[in-house]
Amino acid sequence: MSQILARFLVGGAVVSVFAAVGDVLKPKSFAGLFGAAPSVALATLGLTIVAEGVPYATVEARSMIAGALALFAYASFASWIMMRYHFKALLTTICSMPLWFGVAFGVWHFWLR
Amino acid sequence: MRIKFDVSALRQTKWHDYAVRFIFGGLITAVAGIITKQCGPGIGGLFLAFPAIFPAGATLIEKHEKQKKEKHGLEGTTRGTEAASIDAAGAAMGSIGLLAFAFVVWRFVTHHNPWLVLAAATLVWLTVSVLIWDIRKAA
Repeated sequence: MSQILARFLVGGAVVSVFAAVGDVLKPKSFAGLFGAAPSVALATLGLTIVAEGVPYATVEARSMIAGALALFAYASFASWIMMRYHFKALLTTICSMPLWFGVAFGVWHFWLR
Repeated sequence: MRIKFDVSALRQTKWHDYAVRFIFGGLITAVAGIITKQCGPGIGGLFLAFPAIFPAGATLIEKHEKQKKEKHGLEGTTRGTEAASIDAAGAAMGSIGLLAFAFVVWRFVTHHNPWLVLAAATLVWLTVSVLIWDIRKAA
């Protein structure tokens, strides 16, 4: 339980810091880079190294490659939909989530497993 | 195009927007840990690049842009959505940097100081992301 709480606090703090950096940067497309900052990864990998050791973190990082490819597909699709059809950001980003899951698990299943 | 810092943007963000990011960021980190415990690091690792705070961030940008336009008596809905779209395009470029981050950690963390590898991988993420952004802008 204490490990989950530690993950929650460290993850929340790291994500907030990267998001705040993105807030103060201009232009918007540059600030957007921070929407794909390795915030969750830094918090998780750091805690994994401490709790489970380096080999565990190595496997996580390998799988993260599939997650990053999925994020590329997800963010590109959401960007295109919002620019082309002017759908609301919340609706677009939530409804595009299955794409992230499809690409992430697809790449993992066919390439990394 | 020059990169600028605008600290006043922090004042535009309300405390509950910060709270939402903290909670979503914390939740996905905790959930990634639970998934790793239940399903192994192979599946858990996927969630290190999950767009947990992306919807909250995009909605916030859309809202700020809309408010800015409406302050001047203009209709801001379209501009708000376009701003969120531009931010998402930036995130797509950043995700290529994230891929480079994951690759560096995967290949080097076993044989080097893991904390130095995490720091170096973060630097690689920033460098690759900025380079791609720069190339895209110049094209």
